[in-house]
Amino acid sequence: MPRAIPDNPVGAPAAASGALETRDMLLNVGPAHPAMHGIIRIVARLDGEQIVNADVEIGYLHRGFEKMSETVDYNGVIPYTDRLNYVSPLINNVGYSMAVEKLLGISVPERCHYIRVIVSEISRITDHLTCVGASAMELGAFTVFLYMIKAREYLWELVESVTGARLTVSYCRVGGVKADLPEGFANQCRQAFEETRRVLAESDALLTRNRIFVDRMSGTGKISADDAISYGITGPFLRASGVPYDVRKDCPYASYDRLEFDVPVGTRGDNFDRYLVRMEEMQQSMRIVEQALRDMPPGPFQVNPQTGCPLPASEMVDQAKVGNIPAIRDAYAVTDPTLDGSAKPLRVSIATAEKRVFLPSKEDTYGNIEGLMQHFKLVMYGHGTRPPKGEVYFAVEGANGELGFYVVSDGGNTPYRVRVRPPCFAIMSALPKLIIGDMMADLTPTFGSINMIGGELDR
Amino acid sequence: MDAAALIQALTERFADAVRGSHAYRGDATIVISRERLLDLAGTLKDDAAFQMNFLMDLTAVDFSVFGKGPSPAFFASSGVVVRPSAELPDEHPWPGPPGPARFIVVYHFFSLPLKHRLRVEVPLEEADAELDSVTSLWAGADWLEREVWDMFGIRFRGHANLKRILMYEQFVGHPLRKDYPVNKRQPLIEPDGDASSHSR
Repeated sequence: MPRAIPDNPVGAPAAASGALETRDMLLNVGPAHPAMHGIIRIVARLDGEQIVNADVEIGYLHRGFEKMSETVDYNGVIPYTDRLNYVSPLINNVGYSMAVEKLLGISVPERCHYIRVIVSEISRITDHLTCVGASAMELGAFTVFLYMIKAREYLWELVESVTGARLTVSYCRVGGVKADLPEGFANQCRQAFEETRRVLAESDALLTRNRIFVDRMSGTGKISADDAISYGITGPFLRASGVPYDVRKDCPYASYDRLEFDVPVGTRGDNFDRYLVRMEEMQQSMRIVEQALRDMPPGPFQVNPQTGCPLPASEMVDQAKVGNIPAIRDAYAVTDPTLDGSAKPLRVSIATAEKRVFLPSKEDTYGNIEGLMQHFKLVMYGHGTRPPKGEVYFAVEGANGELGFYVVSDGGNTPYRVRVRPPCFAIMSALPKLIIGDMMADLTPTFGSINMIGGELDR
Repeated sequence: MDAAALIQALTERFADAVRGSHAYRGDATIVISRERLLDLAGTLKDDAAFQMNFLMDLTAVDFSVFGKGPSPAFFASSGVVVRPSAELPDEHPWPGPPGPARFIVVYHFFSLPLKHRLRVEVPLEEADAELDSVTSLWAGADWLEREVWDMFGIRFRGHANLKRILMYEQFVGHPLRKDYPVNKRQPLIEPDGDASSHSR
């Protein structure tokens, strides 16, 4: 097992100067270990309590995301992207959808951009809450973990009200989003943020000046800005080392260029700075969401209530089958709750008008032949969206850093190649560097601050 | 530097090595021969005009079945490719996969000081799928190159520890090659409990 560790063999005397003979010890941490919230194996060589070398083994959660993506159509990849970073699945959805839109050369309506920003930022908060909460718990601060998971619950309720699911959201589509925001979302958001702010203030009071917490976090897991860049580290981890790189600021996408927010930067590049950066980023994310809710172009909910009489979708299908078109002409379909918010009048503001990319609304599918044909052209085997031949790379700011998608199309209805650049892969490759020289007990906060997500690391 | 200027500067600098370039959808891309990869990467990293301090991503593409997918459409009209909208003029057409080589290794560079990105592609023949490692320039290349070896079977000269990373050591084949079947199973432990017999 210790094949990659080039030091003296285990059992050989490590220090000749002291009166007592000492030997290195190999300690195997993981793949299943209480302090490892993820499946990963670290073989550490210890001199006393100090880590002198380490080998990291990953791949335990490899599911073949990239291979599977080559077998399904472009929208079929979206459920797989949910499972990349499963703490903030909406950001993966947004990143993949925007990469394919770039390949197609289409744009989405302004309101859709704002919706994507809002759901991304809510996901970023849930991700940071999980990361900070879990790493605090591993240091013994169980209360903070419970508080933060409580706050995450309020935010996941928001996510659930928008997408219908908490984790397997599959909310974005190539060319838009599945459905508009639900009614009263701004109010729900305000209440959830109030609770989140309270939790953050409580956690801040419990942790930031806590002697035990500060002693274990500050000065451990240090990495300099140059090393971090060399490893390709991005996101809060890089910013804690003093490099203000944020995809949202430096290569703005969606509507980030119109929103005002600050990018918090650390100075020392240790675990404590990463904690502070994440705490501040959550505040900034809430600020972004509040601005976006204020600035976004109004949807039809506010300006243009649905007209005509409501008709259950199944009833509409039956009427259409017998050719009773006048009865359904002025009706709008009351669809399954999972399709809530995707009615025809709402489509205009949340999805592209490109018919060869986006499914028609259910009223059109059931109510007229053009809609039915469009629907079948997109869903039948061997049909579907066909981007032109080409290749694109598109990056968004994931919760852990730059989340990039490289998509190659050969003109067919399935992607020829989908490559995801997982942000925590780069951070994990630097893990040996981060822990060598530290004490064994420092492994816990350092690993916590990496926020390793097996789904995106191993794909 | 914008995409066009970047491509021009590199084409002038490495006239003998650059085999092609394009800026499809605004992504600056150059195709170079593998002999000059390390030179080019060193220049990109250290030259004041480029300052590509990030190796954002390193991956590969297997072009062996490009455009040869199963007959896609039942109706002739169904094979219509989506044209880009008028808002996004298609002024930089994609020239197609670079050459007859089976693989390309794709590097995505990013310059934080100058905020530009560059994609570098290196075509590789299947029989001789080997190129220089850039681990001496970017520490992050270590794992990325291991992943390309694992998934595509492309070797990197000068990599100190080129072993599989996502798959296990006993795994046979390279899963992201197009001739590796999607449904192939290689269980380490069989249901009958005989851990030593790998189905291959």
